[in-house]
Amino acid sequence: MNGAEKPIDPEKEKRKIKSVGRMKDIMTHYYIEAKTADQTGKKVAWITSGGPVEPLIAMDVIPVYPENHGAMIGAAKMGVDLCEKAEAMGYAGDLCAYARADIACATVDGGPIGGLPRPDMLVCCNNICGTVLKWYEVQARYFKVPLFILDTPFSHTEYTREAHAYVRTQLDEYIAFLETQCQKKFDHDRLAEVGRLSMAGQRLWQQVLDTTVHRPAPMSAFDAFFHLALIVTLRGTQTVVDYYTELLDEMKTRVATGIAAVPDERYRLLWDNLPVWFRTRWLSDKFAAHSACLVADTYTSSWCGTLTYLDDSDFLGSMAQGYSRVYINIGTDQMADMVVDMVEKYSADGLVMHSNRSCKPYSLGQYDIQRIVQQKCGIPTLVIEADMIDARNFSESQITTRIDAFMEVLTGA
Amino acid sequence: MITVGIDVGSISAKAAVVRDGELLGSGVILTGYNARNAGEKVFVDLLAKLGLDKDAVDRIVATGCGRSSVDVADKAVTEITCHAAGAHFQDPAVRCVIDIGGQDSKAIAMDATGRVTDFAMNDKCAAGTGRFLEVMARALELDLDGFGEMSLKADRPAAISSLCTVFAESEVISLIARGERRENIIAGIHESIGSRVVAMAGRVGLTEPVMMTGGVAKNIGVVRALEKKSGKPIRVSANAQVNGAIGAALIAVCHS
Repeated sequence: MNGAEKPIDPEKEKRKIKSVGRMKDIMTHYYIEAKTADQTGKKVAWITSGGPVEPLIAMDVIPVYPENHGAMIGAAKMGVDLCEKAEAMGYAGDLCAYARADIACATVDGGPIGGLPRPDMLVCCNNICGTVLKWYEVQARYFKVPLFILDTPFSHTEYTREAHAYVRTQLDEYIAFLETQCQKKFDHDRLAEVGRLSMAGQRLWQQVLDTTVHRPAPMSAFDAFFHLALIVTLRGTQTVVDYYTELLDEMKTRVATGIAAVPDERYRLLWDNLPVWFRTRWLSDKFAAHSACLVADTYTSSWCGTLTYLDDSDFLGSMAQGYSRVYINIGTDQMADMVVDMVEKYSADGLVMHSNRSCKPYSLGQYDIQRIVQQKCGIPTLVIEADMIDARNFSESQITTRIDAFMEVLTGA
Repeated sequence: MITVGIDVGSISAKAAVVRDGELLGSGVILTGYNARNAGEKVFVDLLAKLGLDKDAVDRIVATGCGRSSVDVADKAVTEITCHAAGAHFQDPAVRCVIDIGGQDSKAIAMDATGRVTDFAMNDKCAAGTGRFLEVMARALELDLDGFGEMSLKADRPAAISSLCTVFAESEVISLIARGERRENIIAGIHESIGSRVVAMAGRVGLTEPVMMTGGVAKNIGVVRALEKKSGKPIRVSANAQVNGAIGAALIAVCHS
């Protein structure tokens, strides 16, 4: 190295999303606040990514997400080390890599931010998978803290009145649990306000994602994977509303001035399942080299996918349905319908499905969804086998050939 | 117009020369540790055999898992597209190709023009591929070339249930120790490949006529096992092993 600075490519510079810096600041501030909670007297709750966070915000409890942390571990390429550590502790290699990484990380305070702050309580909602039940029980025993479990029955074909009553009752129990843990009365007016902010944030996030309907798309799913963190971690706060307002403005400006995520966008693809966190850059470059942009995905849209069931004027009353009917807690036919709708909405030329070794509920049914999409939309589809953070399940040569061949099918080369 | 296809696979490197829609010749060598050299060598050797000069070649397309390391190639195209093109050239009626190579097994669905419409490949594991057969031949202390014929003499194919190559090898060793006939063991190995590949091929729909390509197609035992498991007749091209290289040479024509 001669110390000379790398020349700045003005084209690349122009395409960079400017809001990224602010997003990083918000996340840094959030984690500092969470990690210093024991000094500020605030309580910390660990919560599953699909769990109802609004009651925590209403009680001034700082929500912390092991799954968001898992994504950071993956992006920092620290997943394998922690998964191996968990396996040495006796956990099976077939277990979700987020669970393995989190369980191992808690014992060594490893990972990119030196571990998560110690929880005062755990909140587990099984609307995303069944693994979280055992995972959170393990952590409850390890940290010796109380665990609240919200059981959201799977909506195979419909959301029944019985299921609603069952979940709605548990939400009252959840509130009672928080009152006990926080030693204060629950403020229902505050929850109504937090609910309003949560819905405003979700609507803005949906609007941000919808800017990619424009051709060329101003952002890609890879950008959405990054910007997703706020709607997951700080949903129900003004910070999220402000940030997505800013991000939406930037996207609108990019659309108006013709700034594209993939400059020569010719093919538009839909992504299914979680990102391969340790390979997002590689995959993004790989598709961009084929002039293909992943314009939308089923994953990031899950955090605004149940808005139709939520009600501004009765947030608590509508939460049961909103949290029960999330994307992977519904039947395969409904999931397929949603994918078909997305293909049409975003004018996707192809569907790329990540069969995620870690996430069984998300990956189960993918071959059926693939077949339904092929039949209804007549577009090529691709399944790649990988993992969200365990790099031992990623074979570069195999995946390269699949993507190249898929693009040959798509382009008719 | 003369075009060349070079298919650098994990076990062997193949080349084919096509002139005006006619196959002039083909060659196969072992890939060895250096894929770059193998691609170059199989190409140079074949030209020498055919008495052709490098300058006479208009265009070269490389394929196979070592496709990006072939410096002489003008373009790299995946083996999926090339095997479909090669099969279509040899038998335009074909609608599905099963290609079993050294480390990959693939099922390719194609339309009447030879264009790929869908494909499926083996995932993380190379069981049921050429390498799998090599491991088994070593365990049985036999030459792989005799596998096909020997398996046809089986009276009761042995059951090989393991999906993992290494564990399947131990199963074979236990069968040997139990005194099972080699013919039955080999037939069992072929049937385990057949089950695995047919299950994968089901994903793209095994539309007839089905053609088998790739080096493993030389093994009649595997072809029979695929027919037994799928219940469909399988066509095998005379140039099965160099089918991908032929397809690459034909694609080179389209891209010139």
